[in-house]
Amino acid sequence: MTEGHDGHLPGLPGDDSHNGSHDGHGELVPGPIADPGLPEHVWRPTDVDPKAEKRAERQIATLFGLSTVCVVLFVVSYIVFDVNGGGGGATVRTVGGLGASNVALGVTLAGALLFIGIGLIQWARKLMGDHEIVEMRHPARSSDEDREETLRVLALGADESGIARRPLVRNSLLGAVGVLIAPAVIMLKDLGPTNRDVTDSQPYIGAGLEHTVWEKGVRVVRDVVGTPIRTGDLEIGDLINAEPETIFEVDENGDPLLEGVPLQIAKSKAAVVVVRMDPDENNPAPGRENWAVDGILCYSKICTHVGCPISLYEKKTHHLLCPCHQSTFDLADAAKVVFGPAARPLPQLPLMVDADGYLVAQSDFKEPVGPSYWERDSQQSTSK
Amino acid sequence: MRFLNRSAGRLSRHRRRPVAGLLLLMLGLVLTGSLYAAFAPSSQADSAQSDEELVEQGRKLFLVGCSFCHGQNGEGVLTEDGNQLGPTLAGVGAAAVDFQVGTGRMPAAQPGAQNPTKPVTYTQDEIDALAAYVASLAPGPAVPDPEDYSLAGLSEKEREEAVSRGGQIFLTNCTACHNFAGKGGAMPHGGQAPSLSDTSARHIYEAMLTGPGQMPTFSDGNLTPEEKRDVIAYLYSLREQPEYGGFDLGGMGPVSEGLFAWVVGIGSLVGFAIWIAAHTARSSKKKEEASA
Repeated sequence: MTEGHDGHLPGLPGDDSHNGSHDGHGELVPGPIADPGLPEHVWRPTDVDPKAEKRAERQIATLFGLSTVCVVLFVVSYIVFDVNGGGGGATVRTVGGLGASNVALGVTLAGALLFIGIGLIQWARKLMGDHEIVEMRHPARSSDEDREETLRVLALGADESGIARRPLVRNSLLGAVGVLIAPAVIMLKDLGPTNRDVTDSQPYIGAGLEHTVWEKGVRVVRDVVGTPIRTGDLEIGDLINAEPETIFEVDENGDPLLEGVPLQIAKSKAAVVVVRMDPDENNPAPGRENWAVDGILCYSKICTHVGCPISLYEKKTHHLLCPCHQSTFDLADAAKVVFGPAARPLPQLPLMVDADGYLVAQSDFKEPVGPSYWERDSQQSTSK
Repeated sequence: MRFLNRSAGRLSRHRRRPVAGLLLLMLGLVLTGSLYAAFAPSSQADSAQSDEELVEQGRKLFLVGCSFCHGQNGEGVLTEDGNQLGPTLAGVGAAAVDFQVGTGRMPAAQPGAQNPTKPVTYTQDEIDALAAYVASLAPGPAVPDPEDYSLAGLSEKEREEAVSRGGQIFLTNCTACHNFAGKGGAMPHGGQAPSLSDTSARHIYEAMLTGPGQMPTFSDGNLTPEEKRDVIAYLYSLREQPEYGGFDLGGMGPVSEGLFAWVVGIGSLVGFAIWIAAHTARSSKKKEEASA
């Protein structure tokens, strides 16, 4: 508060001295109606009635007390209400269809904070000093003397530091500050492997940016359940979210072939969608004429924009839509981008049928799956 | 031997009674009748008769209510500029009719991006007749049996497994359009994936089977009947689940939650602040008077 700046005492209604001239910025011309001044200050009950004051004191203390009660209840309900039903099939307690634990914890913690807040406001409004403060408006512009003085000091500073005369010092300072970016760069770089680090020689199958676990003869299986697919299983209009059988495979001891990070990498790169359409409606890219089996087509499920999994499929238009940025691919036209920010068509997995009649891959993808990266030529695609 | 002789004698004594002849006649008649009923193809003939009647009844209903768009033989109708007024119904099966008419999507009020659900126009008997007629055009998926999607007969543990497996299948195959809680979502060109919160198990099953509109089909070769049943079990478990985390605000994620936080949450804080500033009790007494 700037009280006292103009020599005004706060809470002095009727003091007309500040209605005169200020800071030498022009004279106020007295109008035809006399300035009535400020109305007289009206006191609060707590200022004039000791009983009201005592009562307010008790109210505020009660509010703080209620806050403490809420904190105690919070601790109690944290212990009493079990979030997951305590295991063993015990049911979770509910209040009006909502989880009892959430409701109790939320209400008590909100109450604890709210009561402290209300108490503080009551204190300030009922018991703390009740001054009316008048703050006069001034022009925002500094006086001419102040401006000249400031400019003079700045020029003096530049002159005395010699920043113009000593380029060696100035440039070395700029260099030092610039080099400070380096710690940030090396720390950010270590957040994940660079593209060059993701080499094909990693100790798991399908390693490298340009390869997945798909290879010749790997069965296409349904995601989640892992069952292989026969061509006769699919009707026109069917959509299957699929994975390579490799990620469901187990060795002779019944242990999974892939686990942990290699499994996640394999799943995230090799995920595909399988659709069946009328073979007459499919318009394969040159060189891909034998990649489909009876109108069954298989494309990477990883969007070529920033790598979201896509499976919003419209069976009549054959459009596959990415929910992140609305990139739309026409699966009947070699997954060409028909809308959205994606730069390249979805990579297609060449399909064939194995001796048992199940859908298998002819080979790995012929181009890297997923979003573009620096080393990749984003114009290069086997569908062009 | 003595016993046998005696019993034989008793039997012959009965036979000589006057009622015996009548009884024998009755027995003969009943036997002949039941044997005829067992071997004659009368029941199949009856049901074939009623199937034909059902198809004929359905055809009449079809000609009145559906043929304008779908053609008089369900062959579909093209508009002058080559668009489809109504697609051909050959091969869509009884399940598609039961879904489209049973949810009120058909008969359509007007051509458009997608037919919304409306109050159902036909009775279930009429829908069955229409379904029988459309199914007679070409083979297609039949209306599922309630046993296909019922969890009855499963133990508690098997039910839990079904819900858990169904959840994984749902999150892999359905969430992209229908939202993680089955609340639906917007689709291109004015379409929408409907909310599944109030859809009956039968209609969910039929939708998976037939793929209405733009929805891809999940035929029995794609998702087995058990897997479809599990998906339905998961969707039903969502309906019974208490909202542990508080109000779900439509289950639409950050959109409704953010709207609520900004409008209701911050709005009420602003209102509270204004209310605080506007209310302070003032006394008519003067301080000097009070202290004097």
